[in-house]
Amino acid sequence: MIELKNIRKSFGEKEILKDVSATMEAGKTNLIIGASGSGKTVLMKCMVGLIPVDSGQVLYNGEDFTAMDDKEKKPIRQAIGMLFQGSALFDSMTVEQNILFPLDMFSTMSYKEKRKRVQECLDRVELKDANKKYPAEISGGMKKRVGIARAIVLNPKYLFVDEPNSGLDPQTSLVIDKLIKDITVDYNITTVVNTHDMNTVMESGDHIIYMHQGKKQWEGSNEDIIFSEDKLLNDFIFASEFFQDIKEMRKMEMFRDKKWRSKGGEAPTNS
Amino acid sequence: MEFRFFYHFGRFLLMLTGMFSRPENFRMYWKEFMKQCVDIGIGSLGIVAVISTFLGAVTTVQTAYQLTSSLIPKSTIAMVVRDTMIIELAPTLICIVLGGVVGSKIASELGNMRISEQIDAQEIMGINTKAYLIGPKILAALLTIPALVVIAAFLGIFGGLEAGKLSGILSHEQFMEGLRGQFDGYNVFFALSKSYTYAFIISSVPAYYGYHVQGGALEIGKASTTAVVVSCVMILFADYALAAILL
Repeated sequence: MIELKNIRKSFGEKEILKDVSATMEAGKTNLIIGASGSGKTVLMKCMVGLIPVDSGQVLYNGEDFTAMDDKEKKPIRQAIGMLFQGSALFDSMTVEQNILFPLDMFSTMSYKEKRKRVQECLDRVELKDANKKYPAEISGGMKKRVGIARAIVLNPKYLFVDEPNSGLDPQTSLVIDKLIKDITVDYNITTVVNTHDMNTVMESGDHIIYMHQGKKQWEGSNEDIIFSEDKLLNDFIFASEFFQDIKEMRKMEMFRDKKWRSKGGEAPTNS
Repeated sequence: MEFRFFYHFGRFLLMLTGMFSRPENFRMYWKEFMKQCVDIGIGSLGIVAVISTFLGAVTTVQTAYQLTSSLIPKSTIAMVVRDTMIIELAPTLICIVLGGVVGSKIASELGNMRISEQIDAQEIMGINTKAYLIGPKILAALLTIPALVVIAAFLGIFGGLEAGKLSGILSHEQFMEGLRGQFDGYNVFFALSKSYTYAFIISSVPAYYGYHVQGGALEIGKASTTAVVVSCVMILFADYALAAILL
């Protein structure tokens, strides 16, 4: 579990994160959502230690990551896998070498075992016939898969994913979302996904944190979001008629599944 | 460009001190060091060979042009070429060229890695990127650049020898006679002192600018240019300082 306590971060005069406290639940896909400029990426970079916080704490299973020096941070960092927005693959290395790199650096496995582990990860992300290709030679979706494979190669406890669907077509986005969700469940890791893609929110988010202008505006589950009365959240998530329809459909599905009463909601109108 | 000397100097020192940590995996650091030795050393060998050979040739021809008195023996030309190549042209001029070739490569490579979040990706893995990405570059430069300077001095003298013969200024025998006369070994020590100093400048200054790039492709270009300009100015400043101290 990752806990954020009163995180504040400013760049010059501009305050980006304003007293953010939240919990990333263990073994679940935690989403940080919000409009562009709401502080999602800065929050994620503060969580992994790429940007130092001005005040507040980031706790990994109760250990204060922000109070550690670089040496103390190393074991936690090695338990973190991260997929960057642009995939951040090493462009001088082939796909295989990219995934092999963390193993070469930190693992004591034999070369044969490392190769086997690389192939396992490539199979897990369903990437075929790309081992010897360079990042410049593969598509955006394939780069994301390689990024995920590299992030999971050391069996991380925490997986951070920054904008997994940026620059991808809707079909590939769904595949990547499903892959992240499946990996979270299969490996029982704590996943934090930074997104403003509503398909991801509706389909793969277990626990959702909504950021608005540097503050945590709302926090809850995928189901809670349907019933939320928060105007800013509703304006953000259900801005399009398409998602309003999905909201109504979800309500009806839940009504049908008799989940409705337990939530204490009112019967949906059939307009 | 805003000139903030103490800000940059302080950050430069922090970068250097941040490099000193126990390697996560010595074999990987060694591999990176060898890769940089090939990139910096072997990669620059061609341009160094061409420039130094012609520098020696031109020095021979121009020295002969200026020595008009028949009282001065022709072998003096070889002495002038030898000492000029060893003391100044091989270390300083070759390192200024390397400042452009190697410096822009280091700055743009690290800048591109910074912009495309490759450095962040390594940080997340728990790698000390200053030690892994900058350390091997500086060490490789300290190993290969003095070697290139020595090669440049030899090739410059060889160029002078051949140019003297081809242009009919002096024979090989006359050149070899001058080459052996009044040789001072301290000049070699001075040249190597210079080349180690320049090697450090050529590798660390561009690494600093590349590592701290912020923005996009335009900023990588700017950082690369700034790195080369600052390196060249620092080489010239160090050239004067070392001459004043050591000669």
